[in-house]
Amino acid sequence: MEKKELFTISALTENKAGLLNAVTIIFTRRKLNIESINVSETEVEGVSRYTIVVYASQHQAELVVKQINRLIEVLAAFLYRNEDIYYQELAMFKLPTEVFLNGNTIEAIVRNNGARILVIEEDHIVIEKTGHRDEIKALHTHLKPFGVLEFVRSGRIAISKSKRKTDSFLRELEAENINNL
Amino acid sequence: METLVKDSNKQPKPSVKGATPVKVTGSEAIILSLLSEGVNEVFGYPGGAIMPLYDELYKYNQQLTHYLMRHEQGAVHAAQGFSRVSGKVGVCIATSGPGATNLITGIADAQVDSTPLVCITGQVPSQLLGTSGFQEIDIIGISMPVVKWNFQVTSAHEIPEALAKAFYIAASGRPGPVLIDITKDAQFGELEFSYQKCEGLRSYKPVPKLDISAVGRAATLINQSQKPMILCGHGVLLSKAGKALKSLAEKADIPVASTLLGLSAFPPTHPLNVGMLGMHGNYGPNIKTNEADLLIAVGMRFDDRVTGKLESYAKQAKVIHIEIDQSELNKNVQADVAVLADAQQALQAITTLVQANKHTSWLAEFEACNAIENQKVNQPELYPTQGAIKMAEVVRMLSEKTKGKAILVTDVGQHQMIANRYYQFNSCNASVTSGGLGTMGFALPAAFGAGVGDVKRQVIAIAGDGGIQMTIQELGAIAQYKVPVKIIVLNNNFLGMVRQWQQLFFDKRYAATELVNPNFVAIAKGYGLQAKGINQRQDLDSALNELLASKASYFLEIKVEREENVFPMVPSGASVSEIRLA
Repeated sequence: MEKKELFTISALTENKAGLLNAVTIIFTRRKLNIESINVSETEVEGVSRYTIVVYASQHQAELVVKQINRLIEVLAAFLYRNEDIYYQELAMFKLPTEVFLNGNTIEAIVRNNGARILVIEEDHIVIEKTGHRDEIKALHTHLKPFGVLEFVRSGRIAISKSKRKTDSFLRELEAENINNL
Repeated sequence: METLVKDSNKQPKPSVKGATPVKVTGSEAIILSLLSEGVNEVFGYPGGAIMPLYDELYKYNQQLTHYLMRHEQGAVHAAQGFSRVSGKVGVCIATSGPGATNLITGIADAQVDSTPLVCITGQVPSQLLGTSGFQEIDIIGISMPVVKWNFQVTSAHEIPEALAKAFYIAASGRPGPVLIDITKDAQFGELEFSYQKCEGLRSYKPVPKLDISAVGRAATLINQSQKPMILCGHGVLLSKAGKALKSLAEKADIPVASTLLGLSAFPPTHPLNVGMLGMHGNYGPNIKTNEADLLIAVGMRFDDRVTGKLESYAKQAKVIHIEIDQSELNKNVQADVAVLADAQQALQAITTLVQANKHTSWLAEFEACNAIENQKVNQPELYPTQGAIKMAEVVRMLSEKTKGKAILVTDVGQHQMIANRYYQFNSCNASVTSGGLGTMGFALPAAFGAGVGDVKRQVIAIAGDGGIQMTIQELGAIAQYKVPVKIIVLNNNFLGMVRQWQQLFFDKRYAATELVNPNFVAIAKGYGLQAKGINQRQDLDSALNELLASKASYFLEIKVEREENVFPMVPSGASVSEIRLA
């Protein structure tokens, strides 16, 4: 068995209904679990970015990226290890407002973990944290004893460390196509 | 809101009706789009949600011939057969719901065997989408894993562009099936029609730019090789690279082995042709795969039926893989030089850099293998003197009588392997078979399509008694349109290939493989076809003569040996070098 690791797949695509389905069945077919998926618009109108995190062997991950690249509406798909990208997740923790009764503890935890208090309502507060998964986990561990009412975490979003701009990349793709005719 | 991506090419093109846009209905726009793409034949089956289109087909029947099949599966296989022999995009039409789902097997078959199709399905009116309306099915979702591209049209004005993209995508790069689902209201709706062929999409690069450095590295490997072997795949036929392949093989004196779908790309009598690869391929190319020092794989995908056990496949050899689909490179077999390119372009470029060479002793090794196979397997199969008729002798006689010039459309199973082993294909695109998906029931409707797609060559369908019964109703289409397809059923009263595996690997426990068959001849006659059945060797020659001489379609049932096995055979999961001759 080849060693499995966490990979981030980033794909630029045309904005087409149904494409998400086409992308996810590539994983389903190989019985690969998607750890997280995020789809959003990019700085270029009509172009979406998929950010998919998958736990797989390198060979499997490479095959999946090739299959994604093969989809007609996919402009380009890339495979990254953590060291190739800047990436973040966002988490929100809902706690009872009474946590403030324990003096400064909560405030200290928030400060030490680089989180922030998003809202304070009469009966609950929401703490927001942006960071890597282990950082969010660490904060969760700190907050647990105070009674976390609800916890939600987003999928990963990532941006590559290369200097490439999306729109110039698209122009290159368009130029290439004309040359190939 | 979803819209079709606008293509870069913006200048208006004249429509079939003239340069100025004309106001037409969506259905008429479908017909005009098909005509603009040069389509003259379509295969289909009507139903509620596609009736507006059929109404237009009625009006345009002089320009566009519609063949009414007896099942939507028949329509899609016919479109496949049409495409495989003509090189054109095959078109089939079905209604929504069950009509559409009945296409799926053929679409999947076309996807894995790289056959360009445009499948048009009717859909319930757009306001009923998602309501489980009568005959509503999410065919876009269902077909997604097996199409190259699909698109749902919900408004008439989207039709020309959707179909232009469909034809472009289906036929370019590695060809494949495209499905366009068109709601009934879009068919009834009106639009200003003008047609503009699709000439490119920024997100899709069908023909990769040839990497000159990869070409150079490939040529170097070929020049250094003592024991090279070419693996000729379907891509050679699809890119019309037969000549280029021959030039390379002859210049560097390299033996050529073909995959099942690559058959007919390289002449059978050429001294460098060493036969077929794979589970029931020839002895030489299988054994020598694990002795070669270089494999030059062209337009093929190292399917498991070709490679056997991957862990012991050609580990000693360097591999050059020429392939147009980037996702096939380094998928099953790691390439030392991967050439992402159109086969013809790559072969031509490589050939100019390759030195003339001779591999006499290496080629002699194939000869030696061939002699062994010939003595142990082929001769007794091809020239039996007693016992029941053997499938191989039927194929040999057909091959001799047609001088290898016929199109052979085969079904799936023992007869398929035997037909493709022993027929000497003397023209290109002459073997039409379901390779990757192994779809029983393929042969009869695909032969119908082949007969429509190529009126010059004789089309012979060969099927087993199992497969023929999966789509036997298409005898009706053959009779109705008088397509002069010759049909041979090799009847052993068994699902022969499964029975062979049961014999060899399941201690002869013949679970559900014996068939009690109908009177095939009576059925064919019932459809109004000429038909005959034989079971004696002495009748074979005259029966085949009669079949081939017939101007009209002809159905011949041949009772063959019941428990014949196909050899050589690489047992499932074994290495190619463990190929068995008995």
